[in-house]
Amino acid sequence: MDFRFSDDQKLFQQTVREFLVAEVTPERIRASWQTDTGRSDALWAQLAELGLTGITVPEAHGGLGMNELDFVLLAEEIGYVALPEPLIDTVLVGVPCLRDCGNEQLAAEWLPKIAAGEAKLAIGLDCNPLVADAHVAGLLLLAHGDELHAVPRADVALTANECLDPSRRLFRVDWTPSAATRLAGGAAGRALLDAALNRAALGAAAQCLGLAQRMIEISVAYTRDRQQFGQAIGTFQAVQHLMANVAVKLEYARAPVHRAAYDVAHGKARAGVSVSHAKIAASEAALLGARNSIQVHGAMGYTWEVDLHIFAKRAWTLDNAWGDRAFHKQRVADFVLADNAAIGAGATF
Amino acid sequence: MDLAYTEKQKALRQEVREWLAANVPAAPLASFDTAEGFEQHRAWEAKLNSGRWGMVTWPEELGGRGCDLIEWLIFEEEYWRVGAPLRVNQNGIFLLGPTLMEYGTAEQKKRFLPKMATGEEVWCQGWSEPGAGSDMAAIRARAERQGDHYVINGQKTWSTRAVWADWCFGMFRTDPASERHHGLTFILVPLNLEGITVRPIPQLDGLPGFAEIFFDNVKVPVDCRLGDEGKGWKVAMATAGFERGLMLRSPARFQQTAARLVQLYKANRASADRDPTVRDAVLRAWMDAEAYCLTTYQTASRLNAGGRIGEESSTNKIFWSELDQRMHETALSILGARAELLPHAPDAGGVGNWLDGFLFAQSGSIYAGTNEIQRNIIAQRMLGMPRA
Repeated sequence: MDFRFSDDQKLFQQTVREFLVAEVTPERIRASWQTDTGRSDALWAQLAELGLTGITVPEAHGGLGMNELDFVLLAEEIGYVALPEPLIDTVLVGVPCLRDCGNEQLAAEWLPKIAAGEAKLAIGLDCNPLVADAHVAGLLLLAHGDELHAVPRADVALTANECLDPSRRLFRVDWTPSAATRLAGGAAGRALLDAALNRAALGAAAQCLGLAQRMIEISVAYTRDRQQFGQAIGTFQAVQHLMANVAVKLEYARAPVHRAAYDVAHGKARAGVSVSHAKIAASEAALLGARNSIQVHGAMGYTWEVDLHIFAKRAWTLDNAWGDRAFHKQRVADFVLADNAAIGAGATF
Repeated sequence: MDLAYTEKQKALRQEVREWLAANVPAAPLASFDTAEGFEQHRAWEAKLNSGRWGMVTWPEELGGRGCDLIEWLIFEEEYWRVGAPLRVNQNGIFLLGPTLMEYGTAEQKKRFLPKMATGEEVWCQGWSEPGAGSDMAAIRARAERQGDHYVINGQKTWSTRAVWADWCFGMFRTDPASERHHGLTFILVPLNLEGITVRPIPQLDGLPGFAEIFFDNVKVPVDCRLGDEGKGWKVAMATAGFERGLMLRSPARFQQTAARLVQLYKANRASADRDPTVRDAVLRAWMDAEAYCLTTYQTASRLNAGGRIGEESSTNKIFWSELDQRMHETALSILGARAELLPHAPDAGGVGNWLDGFLFAQSGSIYAGTNEIQRNIIAQRMLGMPRA
């Protein structure tokens, strides 16, 4: 029993954090809103150079062959900067589908390209009505009942749907399932889809940790600078406690997310429950972070000018993505309220 | 990261489980806030110690088992799982014990720890004063050095279990010219000394669970001082860290409450679901108790590897105390109109001891530093917000 990340995992996190904080600045994100795709090939090439696009790709296909536990700290950093690029969808959610689907030809065709930074994936599961970043994906992985299909972008029709977060690009995908696109069906298809959803929800939860942390830092800095009644507003207990409450929520969301990553990486039977708990806890931390951060900023928090909304909007959109609260609470309920549920002291591990 | 127990850890769990199954009293003990219950609990501590389970993290030569914090969590899980008696000496074993390990001399450790482990000497705290609650640095009780003694005068209050305890540990002002947290000294005081008066204070349940302690020219030997003279604040902060942090409230306690709440909900589902928020509160109780357990294992792993407990101990205390309150509120709302009945009332039915837990939970956000003080600490020391 050792609930710590390895030095290598922490070092990788540190490297990625330094890169992302330097490169993915709020200015750069705002600039991306003005472009057609909202995405940057140059940035994607840099991510590939760092090895990030190939983390989960097996070594035989030119990747690093790492797992969800190796990736989860990086997903937190992706949240911390609100990276617009579809790195989580491609690497955490999509690549394992191709790796595990049993279609060697498809894996051999796409995985090396993904590792090299030459292709991206987009994911369409039933829980989300629309598909994010379908416009820049080479291949779409789409659910159809219990079936998982892989469809080249050239074979689908996309209709853009504008949304709350200008960084987020959502599309209705019109497509026709066929024997040629079908990767798996029946129990095998359902297992692939369930696993994909767990990884996607885990990615959202990990991002929420980073988002909450970032919003705390932005807000604390603001409360040190902003003066009212002749002193920094951060000296007022009412303001301090708003931020302390976020810190408490965040502190108790971290370990559930890390545990979920461990369960997913090790294929544990209770991975779904761990993921749902993590998603609910981390999402609530990020939502409270957004709410209280706007509050301590006062009217400035309600402006387009202050960067806070970049992070708040990501938190708001992730809350109901990859399984809304009702979905995740139901999974927790199915576990906790079952006959002979493994709950109580000593039942956690 | 490896979230599986080792063979050694599994063997320890099995050993604890077997010993507790053979030794935990079949009928619950009387409340340790009664004279009878206090002695029953003291006897239980002796029994626990006879199996070397009194304080498993202590070194073997002091009657412990040299367990690390993960092993301690395993012990706690088994302990709470079977509903073993509350630890009457928790102020000693969980708070003063670790402080003594860090700041005590070899002689002090030898003198105090073994009798603490057996329950032969039960400890209470002497920190709060009428004018020093949340503002602990406002302590006024004096300890004047006279040769090889300190002469103590003043008053302490809210001392839990002081009515029957044998010793008190607390902070006293040794430098009369000092202010705030300077000039305070951490001193251990036997409660049977001449000049000490203990006056019980009835708690919400009517029992004398805490007390005021009056000191009138009480002579305490200098070797009862813990740490250096005038450096008591630093020693006390270590104790406070243990209290808010890991040792006082292990997750197992709250996981058991959450599991009991789930059972209560399932047994009363038809009536409970008339309020659709109850199910959510029950699920949340389980998730939060689980989160507390996971976070504690993460902290224990870090401490086992040589890390130190930090300001996050303040988030800890807020989290479990407010969780405990929410869980008990939910339980009472499931019990409905019968919730107000005491367990022995003729028409109480299966109301159980939720009411007792509900009352006790009211104190959780106050003792060990109010949650408002904890939030100040988080804001200022963990998040770096400015001080007034």
